[in-house]
Amino acid sequence: MTTDAVSRSSAANQNEETIVRYTFFERINHWLGAFSYIYLLITGLAFWSPYLYWLAAIVGGGPAARFWHPWFGLVFTASLFVTFVQWRGDMQITDADRAWGRAIPDYIKNEDDKLPPVGRFNFGQKLFFWGIFYGLILLLLSGVMLWYTETLPWSLRFVRYAAILIHASVALITIGLFLIHVYMSAFLEEGSFGSMILGRVTRAWAWTFHRTWYYQVIGRTQPSSSLPKR
Amino acid sequence: MSQASTEIVRISGHAGTVPGAGLNREYQVCKLVDTTTCIGCKACEVACLEWNGYTFSETTFDNTYQTMPETAWNYWNLIKFNEHERADGTMMLLMRKDQCMHCADPGCLAACPADAAIVQYANGIVDFQEEHCIGCGYCMTGCPFNIPKFDPPSRKVFKCTLCNDRVSVGLEPACIKACPTGCLHFGTKPEMKELAETRASHLRENSGFPDAGVYDPAGVGGTHVIYVLHDAKNPELYGGLPKDPRIPLSVRLWKGPLKWLGNLAMVGGIVGMALHYMRFGPKKEEPIPPNENSDERRV
Ligand code: HEM
Ligand code: SF4
Ligand code: SF4
Repeated sequence: MTTDAVSRSSAANQNEETIVRYTFFERINHWLGAFSYIYLLITGLAFWSPYLYWLAAIVGGGPAARFWHPWFGLVFTASLFVTFVQWRGDMQITDADRAWGRAIPDYIKNEDDKLPPVGRFNFGQKLFFWGIFYGLILLLLSGVMLWYTETLPWSLRFVRYAAILIHASVALITIGLFLIHVYMSAFLEEGSFGSMILGRVTRAWAWTFHRTWYYQVIGRTQPSSSLPKR
Repeated sequence: MSQASTEIVRISGHAGTVPGAGLNREYQVCKLVDTTTCIGCKACEVACLEWNGYTFSETTFDNTYQTMPETAWNYWNLIKFNEHERADGTMMLLMRKDQCMHCADPGCLAACPADAAIVQYANGIVDFQEEHCIGCGYCMTGCPFNIPKFDPPSRKVFKCTLCNDRVSVGLEPACIKACPTGCLHFGTKPEMKELAETRASHLRENSGFPDAGVYDPAGVGGTHVIYVLHDAKNPELYGGLPKDPRIPLSVRLWKGPLKWLGNLAMVGGIVGMALHYMRFGPKKEEPIPPNENSDERRV
């Protein structure tokens, strides 16, 4: 991204100026993924526990939920594949990320000024992305086995046994990641949620949470004063 | 057998307790299949089709007398044939009537996620209620006997009902009625168990089958279909009857520890995040310091 992405105003305070964080296509794809995942979550949890079976009723009943769950799995897979193509480069884990990871207690305590500066995505976001990415590969493989479980011959029944355990366990792991993701982006980090809707963030937001990326976007080298004092 | 024997004691995928369970003391019914007197005539196969309203489907010839390799969604009762060569070189044609075993601890029911798609009656019959079935196939994963079968067009699973509709009005199952040799018996579980043990001891003492015995596998809590076998030490010979059937370990882990772990983690996670928010609050953007807040220093 270049400086053209910066919306310049004559206002003196550049803190309020906005810069592009997510393109229109990135946002569309994100919400396609989010809605298909939420559908998978609702229907999956309905099968998971009798106490949540009523969830199936809100998406058209048990048989409909069973019919559509795997298809939405394919939609989610397609969406995640597009995300992978878009963000693969930005999601590579670097030494700076590992340093950030070691300082994660500061992040949890909201003492972000003590953290090393981060690029477009922080270490947590990268772990989330790769967790969902590899998790989905397992969910897809086990999900297809559950989808056409009746076609598996009796001699291959161990595939059913493995598939149901893998599918439920990995689904739970992705649900954990998903809950953290929703908490962080919709509640914890103010400005995040809006950025995935309108695609823009303020300069101050970018400077605060993604400093390395901010300087990349505005096309300036990062001043040493912006590095944390340690 | 009275109608009250169809009191429900277990319900698949059901939140909470079973309404009315334990109200009555009831007979536990049982079908006894004496494989040593079966002649493989398949009268029971035909009776099953007729009573349950299915037409005779295409057979699959695989060089045995068997109608098809395994039971089907619309073929619940199948005689399995096996030509067995004994240690002394003599041949035996083993025939076993394969159908749902009506397990006391049914794996199909444990695995099923749909409320009331599978019920277990106080008389021991395990019955599928197709109107509640969502077609997920979990029962096929849970059953140790390869019994529930999926019908793709209707997306429902079917299996032997132990003629619940007949039993509940005091009739014996259709297969029992059709058997010409008397190798099939129907009665209460204790009666059938006693009859089976008597027959097995005759086989051991008088007929030269020292390993004869009764198949009523404890791993699934006993079954409501039991067999007399000439060789109870090798049930696999009889068309793959499992030696020690159990609800698969994976199903027990999934419906047991994993369930609790998962629920705890989900609830714990949500509570944890709420506490984090209350303790540390939201992350807010901070103003860029003036010395960095200038485009003029751009390089
Ligand atoms: C990627 C493609 C996917 C396919 C093909 C797929 C397919 C399936 C199938 C066939 C079942 C069997 C139960 C049923 O549908 O009634 C199932 C269950 C389930 N799925 Fe998926 N699924 C996929 C992705 C996901 C994802 C991303 C999640 C995350 C929430 C998920 C969560 C679940 C859960 C929680 C269950 C129930 C497990 C249980 O009963 O304990 N699935 N899935
Ligand atoms: S397919 Fe089997 S496990 Fe699934 S709802 Fe129907 S009866 Fe229950
Ligand atoms: S034999 Fe299979 S289908 Fe029949 S009751 Fe046992 S577990 Fe269920």
